[in-house]
Amino acid sequence: MTRPRLVTGARLRYDDVREEHLLLIPEGAVRLNPTAAEVLELCDGERSLDDIVAALSARYQGADVRDDVVELVDAMAQKGLVVDAG
Amino acid sequence: MPDRPSTLIAELSYQCPLHCPYCSNPVDIGGEKYRSELATEDWIRTFQQARRLGVLQLALTGGEPMLRRDLVALCAAARDAGLYSSLITAGTLFTRERAEALKAAGLDHVQISIQSPDAEDNDRIAGNRSFAKKLAAARHAKELDFPLTINCVLHRHNLDRIEELLELTLELDAQRLELANTQYYGWAVPNQQALMPSWDQLQRAEEAVQRFRERVGPRVDVLWVLPDFYEDLPKACMGGWGRTAMVVAPNGDVMPCQAASTIPGLEFANVRDRSLDWIWTESDAFARFRGTDWMQEPCRSCPLGRQEVDWGGCRCQALRLANDAAATDPVCRFSPHHDDVVAARDRAQADEFVYRTMKRPRVQA
Repeated sequence: MTRPRLVTGARLRYDDVREEHLLLIPEGAVRLNPTAAEVLELCDGERSLDDIVAALSARYQGADVRDDVVELVDAMAQKGLVVDAG
Repeated sequence: MPDRPSTLIAELSYQCPLHCPYCSNPVDIGGEKYRSELATEDWIRTFQQARRLGVLQLALTGGEPMLRRDLVALCAAARDAGLYSSLITAGTLFTRERAEALKAAGLDHVQISIQSPDAEDNDRIAGNRSFAKKLAAARHAKELDFPLTINCVLHRHNLDRIEELLELTLELDAQRLELANTQYYGWAVPNQQALMPSWDQLQRAEEAVQRFRERVGPRVDVLWVLPDFYEDLPKACMGGWGRTAMVVAPNGDVMPCQAASTIPGLEFANVRDRSLDWIWTESDAFARFRGTDWMQEPCRSCPLGRQEVDWGGCRCQALRLANDAAATDPVCRFSPHHDDVVAARDRAQADEFVYRTMKRPRVQA
């Protein structure tokens, strides 16, 4: 995975009725915890995986977030929800 | 307060250029009841109310939703309301020009039906020369960067072409393939004997799907569900009655499922008179089979404890096969009517279709 992006048609939404983060996809929705939503927001097809890790780490006072980011992106890729922009 | 609905199925119009013999629309679509379709502002108000009630997904369907002249305005209203919108279309009217207008209005996703991967078969099943237009529509959708789902309703006349269908899906670069084995509601009821597949056909098709999934991976999401008549435990129809979805008919009646109008004694509130919130929380039709209190035996003391798994299965199927909408779905092996389901598997005999039409029956002089 070089530059991850959301699959065509997937949209991040904050549902203010249920008060939770969601990834809306054709005829479905995936519930996200706030951290997962933050990671996926950074998956724009421009940033590399390293960029995403760095951006998130900076937000959390230099915490080591690499494993969490890789795990999430891999899991989403296996479901076809995140693809590689190359 | 019941769970919040996540899906609104908006049946914009029962009119359709196709005549598919398994159409899930009611068989009385040509009747007086459905003459008066909702106005643009009724739909827009309904979409706004739906979002406030918790709906996330909007299915714009029919009939053929593209026959609505205000479709672009409805898509824009869905976007403004914050709904994720899907257009469920036969594709014959999805020209490049209209596709561009829908894209600009914020339509999120396009689902195109194909009746068979073979042109001649497709046109025979649809009762309309439509195959070439469907392929063109799928290409327009891809060119405009819509996520594309191909949907094919499966039955005895097209199950043996499943491999061609899988290849066509790849060729069209669809993200999803919905393989919907025919459910026997609406027009599929008078066509049941012409549509019922054999167990061999289903097994071969399922194996082909499995091989395809292994070969192609997550690039194409293939949805395959065994048809009810070959199961011995029911499915949670609509995710449970009044639990996740609302269906709005073209005339504004709000139903818990597309076939609910066949259940006698259910009265449906209309979006012209009531808010969606009231209909969801207060109306009799949504409360009638919600939860588990309405259940009879054998559901009430289900030996598998599945009351909150399958929610008793399908009410319309219970009505049709057990003559009681509150009975256990006869697909269930514990239903006293399960033998009728088993027997129906071998009764696939007829070859002639009764095509869907909105024409009123001719009155003999």
